[in-house]
Amino acid sequence: MEKEKNKSLIDRVWDFFASVKLAIVVFAVLSLTSIIGTIIEQNAEPERNVRLLAKFFGQSAAPTLFRVFDTLGFMDMYHSWWFVAILLLLASNLIVCSIDRLPKIMKLVKEPVKPLSEEHFRGFGIKKEIVLKGRPEKTRDMVAGAIKKAAGFNLAEIKEGEGYQLYSQKGNFTRLGVYITHFSILIILIGAIIGIFFGFKGFLNLPEGAVSDVAYARNGQEMPLGFSIRCDEFNVDFYGNSDMPKEYKSRLTIIKDGKEVMKKEIRVNEPLTYKGITFYQSSYGLVPGGGGNSIFKFKLTSKDGRTEEVSLRFEGSFTIPGTDLTGKIEDFSPALGFDEKTGMPFTYAEQMNNPAVYISFYEKDKRKYGGWILKRYPQTGQLPDGHTVEFLDLWGIQYTGLQVRKDPGVWIVYLGCITMSIGLFIAFFMSHKRLWVRLVEERNNTRVIIGATANKNRHAFERKIDRMVSLLSKAHEGGK
Amino acid sequence: MDSSTLFGISEISYFVAMVVYITYLAFRKPQIGLTATTITIIGFVSQTSAILLRWKEFYDLGQMGILRAAPFTNLYESLIFFVWCLILGYLVIEFRYRNRSFGAFVTPIAGLALAFIDLTGMSKAIQPLVPALQSNWLLAHVVLSFIAYSTFAIAFSTGLMYLILKTDKRNEPSYIFWTVALGVLVVILTAMGLDYLKFKLLIRTPEGLIKSYLFKATLFSQTTAVSALSWAAALAFIFVLWRYGYVIKRVVAAFQVSTEILDEITYKSIAIGFPVFTLGGLIFGAIWADQAWGVYWSWDPKETWSLITWLVYAFYLHARLLRGWKGKKIAVVAVVGFVTVVFTYLGVNLLLSGLHSYGALE
Ligand code: HEM
Repeated sequence: MEKEKNKSLIDRVWDFFASVKLAIVVFAVLSLTSIIGTIIEQNAEPERNVRLLAKFFGQSAAPTLFRVFDTLGFMDMYHSWWFVAILLLLASNLIVCSIDRLPKIMKLVKEPVKPLSEEHFRGFGIKKEIVLKGRPEKTRDMVAGAIKKAAGFNLAEIKEGEGYQLYSQKGNFTRLGVYITHFSILIILIGAIIGIFFGFKGFLNLPEGAVSDVAYARNGQEMPLGFSIRCDEFNVDFYGNSDMPKEYKSRLTIIKDGKEVMKKEIRVNEPLTYKGITFYQSSYGLVPGGGGNSIFKFKLTSKDGRTEEVSLRFEGSFTIPGTDLTGKIEDFSPALGFDEKTGMPFTYAEQMNNPAVYISFYEKDKRKYGGWILKRYPQTGQLPDGHTVEFLDLWGIQYTGLQVRKDPGVWIVYLGCITMSIGLFIAFFMSHKRLWVRLVEERNNTRVIIGATANKNRHAFERKIDRMVSLLSKAHEGGK
Repeated sequence: MDSSTLFGISEISYFVAMVVYITYLAFRKPQIGLTATTITIIGFVSQTSAILLRWKEFYDLGQMGILRAAPFTNLYESLIFFVWCLILGYLVIEFRYRNRSFGAFVTPIAGLALAFIDLTGMSKAIQPLVPALQSNWLLAHVVLSFIAYSTFAIAFSTGLMYLILKTDKRNEPSYIFWTVALGVLVVILTAMGLDYLKFKLLIRTPEGLIKSYLFKATLFSQTTAVSALSWAAALAFIFVLWRYGYVIKRVVAAFQVSTEILDEITYKSIAIGFPVFTLGGLIFGAIWADQAWGVYWSWDPKETWSLITWLVYAFYLHARLLRGWKGKKIAVVAVVGFVTVVFTYLGVNLLLSGLHSYGALE
């Protein structure tokens, strides 16, 4: 007595977790709560959401409401205990539901088709009849051939009175498509969990020429990489002379135990991976106060064609080859613009959009002239004396902003995605088809009765069978 | 001819086709039906050529290879592509089911989507791609998402028609649902139309700024009187729609499509859309994000809304398995599903971006 009551409780719990009703409730709850997280800004500064709440509920209620929402975890709701609990509920629902139904489905998958009795034939959704000349022994092979040709079925057969019954099935495994889909969700969840527990996300702003053996978490905490990474060069390409970046890329070198083990140029959408850690090109900028360490590169060409390339630091000087004209770098702008009204130069961006140097030229310690030379506009380097100074590059002033990630779960997530795609394809675009054909002797002719089922896309299957029937009647006419 | 002329031709064709399809419903003359189909096909062909032309224009400009020049990258281009898929899907159904009646329901969606482009004044300029957008995964993601969106749009139309045909009592929840849903849709579109007029007449700032004027002309006007009047008008309209919904029902009944076929098309569209959306919308999107930023899922509003959309359609597929959920209830889910699609695509950028600094109407 006691025992039976216990069992029924367990049964009831089992049924609860196995029900599709629970699944749709979970879908609804997940959707509705997810909406909240798109309105309340996640992981934002408290003031921002207080302001947001004030918009909806008024100034006075906002701080209290904020505290309530904050306690309930809505400020980082997708990682809150209750959201994770709903996801786990979904997972248990899936597991129990699958275990509950799998035996029945496996039976459907494994079970061979059996010949059917006469009354069974009446109930078919797809049913065709045709009469062929000749007794069943003669027409049998033709019918089997037509079915093989039109629908690809290999038929089994038994003798049935004066006639035969032919039967076959295809795609019985497609019944598993739904289960593959469901299983893939579990794989993805497992991959995500592994990523959360065994991975890290961080960033690293690496100036040109600098080396680092750590990355930084969002809260500033150092995370050792286990090797070093160096930025050899960073560059931005723009669309024409506009300020719209076309591409930005970093040349990176991985150094392990003092040896250079890997070199790669990365750009947005083309990261570098070493020992499970991936570096993504994500941003860039100017090293604050970095002018002192950077190196300017110029190509000098004198009036009579003598050339020389020089590299120098800020406030350094060079001499035009074969002359005593010296130039000195006196100012620098990463993005030089000229005011439209006054014509005064100014820096319009804290990025290397339009780098320029101001160079004064001296002859025998007397300033002769000076001006801005822009990297993007080589004509600005033409000196009045006929020499040219080409501003080739400025190295060491930019840093490359790298997103650093280690996620051992990502491949499991991708495996889950592939599994899901396969499962969905099977579930929606393939079907389990079964086909029975009776050949009944009728005054020395054969009445062919076709019955068929498909669990999906019945119309497509029906069209195939229609084709088969027309093939039969054609073959038949040909044989007459 | 350049691409914008061709786009113009297709836009006009779809609107004319809409009128002719509705006329066809009223008179049921085969010639009228044939005319409607022909006009739709003309629109479709000219739109196809326009897309190809724009592709070529972009290719000549960008010099970054054929795939990078695919014109599906900004809001304007993706809406155009959505309309293209929708019309293609509709033409397939017209030929498969030999039924023109849905035309009157699908061409308005196409026309409205195109009108929406003009209404919001979104930029039609060919823009070079910023580095993050230069990805084949992104391209596949956008293309497949829009194919899925168009199947969902078809499911929306047939689901709505199903509801209109199947309900008659004014206190029935599904009747209230469809009248209110349709009412809200019309109100929103009208309000946006008025915003547009006011914007065109009064405010002469760059086009893109329409975003900050949305609904300011009516429902959320600074003037209390205007705003109160707008709300009253909106509610009155919805009430009238609810009160006289049978008129619409009579119009739809003239389509003479069986509710079984409507239900079947709704399911089939979602059965195609769901796997395509899963692969293209969620999986390819995640792969792209992973390649570009190193996170395959970051719960940003756009991603979350895609997930919500996906969950609603999962809800649809599973609710069908339950007894008692067949028919009207499930049609409601198909309609709600498309509302989440629209919100994912436009609402996130238009409304949520006003709340935080996320995304922008390009
Ligand atoms: C996000 C999670 C889920 C996804 C993406 C998903 C997907 C699917 C898909 C695509 C189908 C096929 C539907 C059709 O052919 O019309 C299906 C069927 C089904 N699902 Fe799910 N499902 C999910 C969760 C669940 C859960 C939690 C349950 C638990 C009860 C469940 C139970 C079922 C059942 C019983 C079927 C019908 C199987 C059959 O026809 O033999 N699903 N699911």
